[in-house]
Amino acid sequence: MKTKLLLSTILSLTLAVPAWAATHPVTGEELSANQTYTYWLLDAIKSLDPQINTDVEGSDLIRSLFEGLYNEGPTGELEPGVATSYDISDDKMTYTFHLRADAKWSNGDPVTANDFVYAWRRLADPAFASEYAWYMELMQVVNAAEITAGTAAPDTLGVRAVDDHTFEVKILAPLPYFPAMTVHGSTFPVHQATVEKFGNEWTLPGNIVGNGAYTLAEHIHGEKLVLKRNPIYWDDANTILETVTALTINDENQALTRFLAGELDRTNVPAGQYPRLKAEYPDVATSSAYSCSYIYMLNLSDKGPASLKDTNVRRALSYGVNRDIIVDAVLQGGQKPAFNWTHWATAGFTMPEIEYAGWTQAAREAKAKELLTAAGYSPANPLRLTLNYNTSEAHKKIAIAIAQFWKPLGVELTLNNMEWQVHTDKMQNQDFEMARYAWCGDYNEASTYLDLFTSYSGHNNGKFYSEEYDRLMKESKTAADPQPMYTAAEQILADEMPVIPIYHYAKVDMIAADIKGIPTANVMQTWYAKELYRVAK
Amino acid sequence: MVIDSTKMKSLADRLAGDEVKGRSLWADARKRFFKNKAAVGGLLVLLLVLAFAVFGTSIARYSNETLDFSVMGQIAEKGGPSLANGHYFGTDDLGRDLFARTVQGTQISLAVGIVGSAIAVLVGTFYGAFAGYVGGRTDNVMMRLVDILMSIPYMFVLILLLVVFGRSIIMLFMGIGLISWLDMSRIVRGQTLSLKHKEFIEAAEATGVSRLTIIRRHIVPNLLGVVAVYATLLVPLMILTESFISFLGLGVQEPLTSWGALISEGAGTMNYGTLWQLAFPLFFFVITLFAFFFVGDGLRDALDPKDR
Amino acid sequence: MFAFIVRRLAIAVPTLLLLIVFSFLLMHAAPGGPFVSERGLPPAVLANLNAKYGLDQPMWRQMLTYVWGIVSDFDFGPSFIYKDRTVNAIIAQGFPVTLTYGAISFVVAVVAGVSLGVAAAIWHNSWLDYLAVGISIGAQVLPNFVMAPILVLVFTLWLGWLPGGGWEGGQWQYLIMPVVALSTSFMASIARITRSSMLEVMNSNHIRTAKAKGLPMRKVIIRHALKPAMLPVVSYLGPAFVTMITGSVVVDMYFSTGGIGKAFVDSALNRDYAVMMGVTILVGTLTVLFNLLVDILYAWIDPKIRY
Repeated sequence: MKTKLLLSTILSLTLAVPAWAATHPVTGEELSANQTYTYWLLDAIKSLDPQINTDVEGSDLIRSLFEGLYNEGPTGELEPGVATSYDISDDKMTYTFHLRADAKWSNGDPVTANDFVYAWRRLADPAFASEYAWYMELMQVVNAAEITAGTAAPDTLGVRAVDDHTFEVKILAPLPYFPAMTVHGSTFPVHQATVEKFGNEWTLPGNIVGNGAYTLAEHIHGEKLVLKRNPIYWDDANTILETVTALTINDENQALTRFLAGELDRTNVPAGQYPRLKAEYPDVATSSAYSCSYIYMLNLSDKGPASLKDTNVRRALSYGVNRDIIVDAVLQGGQKPAFNWTHWATAGFTMPEIEYAGWTQAAREAKAKELLTAAGYSPANPLRLTLNYNTSEAHKKIAIAIAQFWKPLGVELTLNNMEWQVHTDKMQNQDFEMARYAWCGDYNEASTYLDLFTSYSGHNNGKFYSEEYDRLMKESKTAADPQPMYTAAEQILADEMPVIPIYHYAKVDMIAADIKGIPTANVMQTWYAKELYRVAK
Repeated sequence: MVIDSTKMKSLADRLAGDEVKGRSLWADARKRFFKNKAAVGGLLVLLLVLAFAVFGTSIARYSNETLDFSVMGQIAEKGGPSLANGHYFGTDDLGRDLFARTVQGTQISLAVGIVGSAIAVLVGTFYGAFAGYVGGRTDNVMMRLVDILMSIPYMFVLILLLVVFGRSIIMLFMGIGLISWLDMSRIVRGQTLSLKHKEFIEAAEATGVSRLTIIRRHIVPNLLGVVAVYATLLVPLMILTESFISFLGLGVQEPLTSWGALISEGAGTMNYGTLWQLAFPLFFFVITLFAFFFVGDGLRDALDPKDR
Repeated sequence: MFAFIVRRLAIAVPTLLLLIVFSFLLMHAAPGGPFVSERGLPPAVLANLNAKYGLDQPMWRQMLTYVWGIVSDFDFGPSFIYKDRTVNAIIAQGFPVTLTYGAISFVVAVVAGVSLGVAAAIWHNSWLDYLAVGISIGAQVLPNFVMAPILVLVFTLWLGWLPGGGWEGGQWQYLIMPVVALSTSFMASIARITRSSMLEVMNSNHIRTAKAKGLPMRKVIIRHALKPAMLPVVSYLGPAFVTMITGSVVVDMYFSTGGIGKAFVDSALNRDYAVMMGVTILVGTLTVLFNLLVDILYAWIDPKIRY
């Protein structure tokens, strides 16, 4: 089968009009003379190395400094990056990507298939010790698991440079969303000579060689990063922004003050402030679906409390959470109450009929009380549980509210705040009773969520085990249409309640009215600086 | 904030310099103290704050944990201070009664201040008195150790301690107390040293006054004055330290709260139309620190009268 | 004097060693390591990470290697979290920033504090005195984490006079608010100390004599009173220095200056052992050196002290 992704209409249109025109090539909007964009970062960037970075904030920058096989368009559709098209074998297990000839590194070298081979092996190689090595395994690349486990040599990875502009990947099983996984930063190519020359410091300004639309001009730890437009990027003619600046501001309220003073073009809206800001700045305050889910994970392992082994107790806890209050009165940013695990806006996902989602909160609470009473708990003889959460104002508020929802039901919740590192460590060692957890999709497909609760998943820290669930998820990998299996898997989660779903994320931001091109319609919220522009006021 | 070393030294010199008769010293001091308007005002404020901490809970119309669903989500519009709905100080961001929360914060901050100061004074006094009394090489080693500890960035160590041993109120008490005894030990050692060789003590010894009586009549009153003044002035320092730790998120944890935690929350939201969340806790914080300061200062001036 | 300096430096070495050992052990006893990853690392990867950073070695060897690295190459090792940087690089970038705004704050605090204190003492019990005392007490109780956001609100958002944060190589407009936020409380403390010490000196015999001889007030103060009155101020500078470094945490957080204060707190919270140790040792060394400097200054001012 041969699939050819045509250049999108946007691209073919934009090619015709030079970027320095005072109007936007597609929309015809008048452009500002000031093509800069400044946005907020909470913390210092940990790494700009595509194979080392693990953070969303790092990925945002990496997408501008590097380019992978494919990019995401404004609504999340695939757009060609370094690859212009791909072929897929009849058994659907070999992908051949055709790379564009005009892609260049910022030092002038051509981008070749060997750069991808190098980067992908680097990601899987345990000697390099990438925290994202598992991603190669998730992509089912041949031998990835063995290499990461140390039982096979890195050069046995199922990737090959057929020639300079043809990159071949062999995978273990058909994976319909395989091309979509190549938009992830960890699969981006790196320039081998530069990496080898500078070692760990190759991503510093002056050293770094990238193939993205921007180059790194400044990176001052804990203060700011400055990106400048890359004139030899293959699509530079359609790039509009000249400078992108990321400012580190360790306090979100402070960041908002500085946004209002005009120092930032984009910042986060603190929990609870969206309605007020929306009323005051209707064109600036925005809220859009964001593919992450917020849950309380319950420890069902041997180390977990006996009370949580009772399905009815787990259900009661979930019924007792007043999600409307969490989203409407605590967060107030357009988040949605969650009764399931997969984010509601995930592509192709059909929400199952979850019974308790249809009840009123009063009915849920009545049922919760009934179940808890049957299990022998009451305010006089309360069920005592401890909740671990990592330090954050919003997590704290939600935890306090939920403790109050549960109190009249006869559940006494002790809050246990700790740093992220400790929190995660405890979760991985099943040293918790209940733990706050959130997951953001790595790609726009339900399996990125649902794989998590298979018994063989490395992230199933509550040790939920359901044979049926495992079977469904295994089958979904090769099914022509996996969606019914996803729906059935969600149904199992709703029945067994190994986690308490709380809400589905929204990205709640202040975006300066003259900045356009931020793809808020993409549930992954992945943005590319080359798509952004500033219109004249 | 800092404890004024000139005045401390002057007080210590005076208390070690003269033969002070226990009763008359304190009787005179009391008279002078009550003539000092600032000190008496401070004492009054402290008593009021203490009453607020003790009886506040019974005045509050809400518990410090209950969420008021009728104001939740519209704090800026409906959560302000109001006599009508019983939120005298308004509510916090989650609709919890700020009056009840401030009462709780007052209890905890006062406790941290007083316990921390007590630990510092006890450890410092024993350490200093021991070093001064034994003297010689032991004294030398002990005081070198103090020198060494003095040049350790204690806030860094405190942060490390809280990170390592988890955030608990016990750790906070200990940590805050244990980093502040160094100055105290130096003062007490100096006092003990100079007292040992004072004529009036030697005279008392020569006339056959028992050692117990000497300690009771001469050494204790001398040390007591310094210790009392120092302890009073240390309390606001401890409260300030706690507030900084709470600002870093390493202080007392929910559902408990302290002034530092409340102020830091209120400072974050001060531009969001909920200024009362900062104003009330900050008010109590400020007047209490002032009060401790005036009382401590007044106590010292009363024990060491001079025209200042 | 020379022997005194040598002796003090001799104490400095065990002090720093104690600090290194203590913080090293504390940090390694803390729950949660630097390589805790949300996904749970494959054992081979984790083993390699640990090997890469020497965490697979016994504790005593790690400590020895670490100390030896510092002594022989002045190398504090790579950061565990900021993978493209060494500790040396993080400190080299953050320390000059902290040093710049810290030093300016220090000078401002000392100059303004001493002037205010001296003025209050000279015009004792006047309105100026009361004002100075009022300001100094007030400024000492307002936490800087409250003052910092107020400054930004007023001068950045409302008045639009100053940038709300950033460093930009230390241009003056980026320096004002950090310096104000950091120096105010020290200025107040110094003013209080100066005032009472000055009063004490002014009442002493040799000043009375000088005044009785008919020397003009200005000369009495500058020639005779100021120097002895500075003794308690000088001895306060040591602790003030340490507290000022602590205050830099607030400055870095609110003004995005990128100094080492925030780097320290982050490293402790993220278990970035290397950065945490590096900053602690740096601050410890500075404290020791600064205290030595203060002692020398003290000896120079106070003729009574013999070393």
